[in-house]
Amino acid sequence: IAQARRPLGPYDTSEAVTPYAQATTYNNYYEFGLDKADPARNAGSLRTRPWTVLIDGEVRKPVRVDIDTLQSWFPLEDRIYRMRCVEGWSMVMPWLGFPLAALLRRIEPTGKAKYVQFTALNDPKQMPGQRDAVLDWPYVEGLRLDEAMHPLTLMAVGLQGRILPNQNGAPLRLVVPWKYGFKSIKAVVRITLTEKQPKTTWALASPTEYGFYANVNPSVPHPRWSQATERRIGELRRRPTLPFNGYADQVAHLYKGMDLRRFF
Amino acid sequence: MSRAAPARSSPRRAAPLPWLPPGVVVGGLLPALVLLLDARSGALGANPVQRAILQTGLLTLALLALSLACTPLRLLTSWTWPARVRKALGLLAFVYAALHFALYLFDHGFTPQVVLDDVLKRPFVTAGFAALVLLVPLAATSTRSAVKRLGFARWQRLHQLAYAAVALGALHYWWGVKKDHTGPLIAALIVAALFAVRLLWGRGRRRKKAKAGMRF
Repeated sequence: IAQARRPLGPYDTSEAVTPYAQATTYNNYYEFGLDKADPARNAGSLRTRPWTVLIDGEVRKPVRVDIDTLQSWFPLEDRIYRMRCVEGWSMVMPWLGFPLAALLRRIEPTGKAKYVQFTALNDPKQMPGQRDAVLDWPYVEGLRLDEAMHPLTLMAVGLQGRILPNQNGAPLRLVVPWKYGFKSIKAVVRITLTEKQPKTTWALASPTEYGFYANVNPSVPHPRWSQATERRIGELRRRPTLPFNGYADQVAHLYKGMDLRRFF
Repeated sequence: MSRAAPARSSPRRAAPLPWLPPGVVVGGLLPALVLLLDARSGALGANPVQRAILQTGLLTLALLALSLACTPLRLLTSWTWPARVRKALGLLAFVYAALHFALYLFDHGFTPQVVLDDVLKRPFVTAGFAALVLLVPLAATSTRSAVKRLGFARWQRLHQLAYAAVALGALHYWWGVKKDHTGPLIAALIVAALFAVRLLWGRGRRRKKAKAGMRF
């Protein structure tokens, strides 16, 4: 079915969108298995309705809210973002969602709030991969408050004009396009504003390889491979990786004065 | 297994299972063919180059381990056929290692600087590259005439490098994995078993020689 092309927004890339079939069958989502094809096969056991999200911590208006109510609070926006995995491959993903900033403004962080911690569902019955202690479950991610408030930072509920497939993070996932993909946590059940930097899953699992910031940075290699290039899924040759995944103009100022080799 | 009686009695009898060595070669090349067909049909998934690199790497390790299992198998069972397929297995391992490296080079656009950086700075790549380098002289001296030229003792010592190569290969696999070490663990256990057999057998042989008063 041909879709009417909408005009590109200020945050959209005009690059060719990754075919839906590939974007939904090549996923890193250890809750559903370690192989990239596993999530598409196994994520059917996830029940995405009813689904509640708890928003708490350093906020004036903590709330426990149903996913449908949550997404009715904000107008949903299309965003075509590049997605760069820390493993050296990338896709172009047409997300549908709302800016995290809109949610944060609504629940009003207190003066103490410095970070946002995200927690994914922890239920081995629905997520068979969690029977494997390959990571410390539940999956936890985090952002600095200014990163979370950035207009690029999205809470996604849809992909390519459809409701988000389970293997891509349904019913609610984070999308931070200038950071490596593992920052963009899937199946979010809790958002907590904190004073201290959250202890995030991959940074705990392998601190020399995965940092808290995880900004896409071609000049800081992973210990086992260079990050200078990436393979766009669907292309045979690698292409150069751009600083901040091509979003440097929008986000580089957030890290002014920081040593990005140290805070990788 | 039953063999024809006349063959047994003839002094220069034909080797048993004559189809086995060519069968091993054909069977060993089949995965490469499957890989090629899968690449053409799109069955390698969204990231075919990555998948092909992984598969050729696994095939290299498996074939190397099989080639090193030949001698222990022959000693344990007194079958002779493992000795006759060992060379084919070793050469097939080299073919897949070369393919693995060629795919890696292709992946990085054949850029010497990138490859040099990887080999020198990243232990994961260093180990794999070293394993490949060790296999080159083994493949080059796989002919009968090379054995003659070197003399059997020296040839045999040289070919013990295969043990170093398989160990480096297993290490390369271990370091290459992000989180789930099941595959590399299986590879490491197989390599350890091969080393154990070799050590035990070597000790047994030394003891026998000592008993017979054949000290070197």
